[in-house]
Order: sequence, then structure tokens, then C-alpha cells
Amino acid sequence: MIKKSTRDAYGEALCTLGEKYDFLVLDADLAAATRTGVFKKKFPDRFFDCGIAEANMMSVAAGIAASGMTVFASSFAMFAAGRAYEPVRNSIGYPHLNVKICATHAGITVGEDGATHQCNEDIALMRTIPGMTVMCPADANEALYAVEAAININGPVYIRFGRYAVPMFTNELEGYRFEIGKGITVFDGKDVTIVATGYMVHLAMEARDILAAEGISARVINIHTIKPIDRELIISAAEETGAIVTAEEHSIIGGLGSAVCDVVAEECPVPVLKVGVEDKFGRSGKVPELLEIYGLTSTNIAEKARRAVALKRR
Amino acid sequence: MERSEILDLKRTANNIRIGIIESVYSAACGHPGGSLSIADIMAYLYFKVMNIDPKDPFKEDRDRLVLSKGHTAPALYATLAERGYFPKDELKTLRKTVSRLQGHPDMKVTPGVDMSTGSLGLGISSACGMALAAKYKKKNYRIYSIIGDGESEEGQVWEAAMFAAHYKLDNLCVILDLNGLQIDGKLTEVMNPLPFDEKFLAFGWNVIKTNAHDFEKLECAFNDAAATKGKPTVIIAKSVKGKGVSFMENKCEWHGAAPNAELYEVAMKDLRAIAEQLD
Repeated sequence: MIKKSTRDAYGEALCTLGEKYDFLVLDADLAAATRTGVFKKKFPDRFFDCGIAEANMMSVAAGIAASGMTVFASSFAMFAAGRAYEPVRNSIGYPHLNVKICATHAGITVGEDGATHQCNEDIALMRTIPGMTVMCPADANEALYAVEAAININGPVYIRFGRYAVPMFTNELEGYRFEIGKGITVFDGKDVTIVATGYMVHLAMEARDILAAEGISARVINIHTIKPIDRELIISAAEETGAIVTAEEHSIIGGLGSAVCDVVAEECPVPVLKVGVEDKFGRSGKVPELLEIYGLTSTNIAEKARRAVALKRR
Repeated sequence: MERSEILDLKRTANNIRIGIIESVYSAACGHPGGSLSIADIMAYLYFKVMNIDPKDPFKEDRDRLVLSKGHTAPALYATLAERGYFPKDELKTLRKTVSRLQGHPDMKVTPGVDMSTGSLGLGISSACGMALAAKYKKKNYRIYSIIGDGESEEGQVWEAAMFAAHYKLDNLCVILDLNGLQIDGKLTEVMNPLPFDEKFLAFGWNVIKTNAHDFEKLECAFNDAAATKGKPTVIIAKSVKGKGVSFMENKCEWHGAAPNAELYEVAMKDLRAIAEQLD
């Protein structure tokens, strides 16, 4: 299976879509890392570096969008969603402007740079902003669809990309179709549903195999759009499988797990266990080691799934 | 400028001041001090400088104003009403749940408001974005942005200052309302951001110092700004906070407080006296 980071896919998407759509791209001195640099090379007149000033970049983007243009603004998730939260909320979110915030280096898979750069809170922050669409593609193929879909909707969008190469699989899924707000059932199952996003989706698929060997039938759902979330798909999973495990490379506070709980608690209360970064900061290290330390493996997902099934039977 | 034109502008500015007091009094809250200090500048921009059409608020080639010191929305609303964007009666709905006139400017609901602002430091950046977009689209319209002196304690103002000079945004004209007061007291005592002229010069701007209440000087300043190529302009306009209302002038207490019924009458008497002088 080909491995590719979603940030690589983002840069390529900008280049491909730049021929089809009229938009500008902003970055804050991280063009080489966020991959907006490849767009800059191809369309130098449409790229503007804002320097190391993310707050200004977000309000500048709002001004460009208020002038009738679509604009992408990129940085690391820590700075796009964290440092610039308030300009994103007030300059972009409040007037519902056409700014596509594309943040790379999200989550613990940043690796060696450590806690200051491992943003495990961006989904939580962005989904509280009224009208903000929040996406987190599972692989490079899905990332391309997410970027084009973002261009085609009116209003602010936050897309979360990773630094780390992830296996590409959505291109091989039968009947795969990307639509904002529509989750994708990757595998059907009847005992428990694993609802995953981003980097964790392919691990959820591995967990399914582990559980299958034990006689547990796990459904796997890929939620690429965390807001607006696919309520119907989650409700039917809760009703039909009776237990849910969420998996995200993000804090268990405020992210996908919380969004799923919001739906399940209101519509069809069943056990929901969360796989994600516990209430802790990250640290430096190699990505596979960090994934082990912070409990973000297929083994962790399978373990939580067993517990969810047990809770259901109680 | 003709004497009659100056008189007209003074009358317009006084009407704007009346609109500010009436709306803030009606709301029983709001920010009169910094609204009154920019009334002359608002009159000059909307009645003399800016290429706008109240009948077509979204005209693509219009000049744009970003009120970065968004808490002085009463000045913007009074100006827009005076210019004919909406009926003056509507000013009395300021800050009420049924109103299009939010406590801070909302571009989505109020005709003539070009950018939503209110959180300090953000508007000047958005003005930079508008100026950049105009350059990219090869349009000749200009962007104006009014920032506060206290607002300039926000770091983002200086991020924007760097950006505007870097991209040579000569279609951007920032007016800095130097009234010397902020909520907690004197600007120089709370957190001294002075000197502004040297700072903006060092950032690569064209810097003009003027009097915010003198239309002849404002004309020179805005002409200079329009003629300056290759760099953005900041007009540092020395003003009197609360200008025109005797008990509000140079008092930081009136930054964010509405007059009671008694003081409202005093304020209106002050402004009516000015109107009579101008007749």
C-alpha cells in the first residue's frame, strides 16, 4: 500500500485545483512544511507569505474573502487553530467568510518537535465556532476531495492535515464517494462500531481484523467531516450495533469522541468509549513510539471495543 | 477647500455627533468618547473622500472603510445614516435585540459596513487583506481603516503594519485616532505606545501628523495619502476624546458610558449650540 502524508496531498491539491479555480493562498513562513510552497512555485502571483504572524494572516485572509475571493490560509494546526483562534473566530467565523484554513502538523504524529507543536486541541477549538466546517481526511486521496469540496462550499472551513505518511486506502474502497457531512461506512459489522477520523481510520480497520479473529464483528465508520457531523449514520450505528468506540489523533476532550457523544447521548444512548490523547501534553519522540505511549494503536482500539461490547451486555 | 464646503462638513460632523449621543442614550450603553473624537474624520471620509453609493452598498469598485476600533460603531452608524444608507430613526435601535445595529459593526446585517470588527487589532489586518485583494484584482479603489491609539497596544497592529509596508499597499490609508485616553486612564500611563510617528516610519510607512478636527488640514493629509506611491499611509490625527460634548471632553470615564437623562439634555444643548453657530 502506498504511504503518503495528507500535507503532501494538500500541496498537490492546491496545484491541481489552482488551474480550475481562482483562489489565493497565504502562509506564515511554513510554506515548505505545509506544502503550500509547491503552489507558490506554480502560481507565484497567487501566493502571499505573511511571515511569522498567524493572527495577522487570518484577519488578512478575512479581508481578502470580504473582497469576494476564496483564500486558503495555512500554518501548523497549533498556530492556525491555537494561536490565531480569536482572529479565526471574529474576523472569519463571525462574518462567515470564504476562508479555507488548512492546517498541517496536527496531532501527536508531529513527532520529534514535541508538545509545543503537537496540537491535540484544534478540532475542539474549531468546532465551537458557529458555521465552521471541520474536516479531517483519513488519507491522501481523501485529502484531495476535502480540499475541492471546501472550495465548493460557501463559508469558513478548517481542514486538518498530518505530517506523517499514512497508508492510502480510500481510493481502493468500492463505491467511495466524498461528500461534506457524510460519513463513510468502510466495513459493516453488528457487535460494535468504531467511529474514526484522520490518521486513526486505517488503524480502526486493523482493529476490526483483530476483533474478527475473536468473533467480534466491528463496523468501521470514517468520519472525515467532524462538523457538521453525520448524525444519521451515528444514530443507526448506535441502534444497530449497540456500542461505539471513537478513535482520533486528538484530545479525547472536545474532538470526534465528544461530537459522537453529543449525538448518541441525545438520540440513542449506548456505551461510547474514546481512543485519543488523554488529558496530557505530548512529548518528543519517534512517531511509532509516541503512538504506543499515548495509546493510539489498533490494539488500543480493539481493547476499548471489547470493553464497549462487555458494557453493552451488562 | 471653499469656506462653504468646510461649513457643510462641520454641520455634517455635528449631525453625526448628535446621532452618536442619541443612539448611545437610547441604548443606555456604548462608547461615546471615541465615537465623538472621530466624527470629523468620518464626515470627511464619507462626504468628501470615499467613492461610495448608499444605494448600492456592495458596489465592487467602491472604496471601503474598516473601523478597526469597532467599539466606536455609533460614529459609523450615525455617519451611514447621515449619508443615507438607512433611516436616521434606526439609530435609536442601537444595541437592541431587534436591531441591525450591533454593539460592534457587523457586515452581514448593516448596509454600508464593509467589515465586521470589534476585537481590537483585527480590523487593520482585514483592511490589509482588502488592499492586497484590490492590488491582485488590479482595481483602483482605496481602503481606509481607523485604529485607536489604545488599540495600537495590540501586537497584531504591528504585524499588520509590517505586512502593509512589505506588500507596498499604497491603496491603504490608516487613520490613527490619537485622543490620548483609554479605559483605564491616560494612554501614556496605562501602557505607553508612543511615539507613533517614529514607529510607523521605522515600519516603512508614509506618516502624516494632523489635527483630527481641522478639515483644511485633513484635506492636505488625505491628498498626501492619495498621492503617495509604494507605501501605505498612516494619518496620525490628534483628537479630543468626547469632542463637542462639554462634560465628555478629555475624560476617560466617557469611553464606555452612556449619559443619563439630565446629562443627555446637556449634551444635546452643547451640540445644538454648535449647530446654531454654524448656521
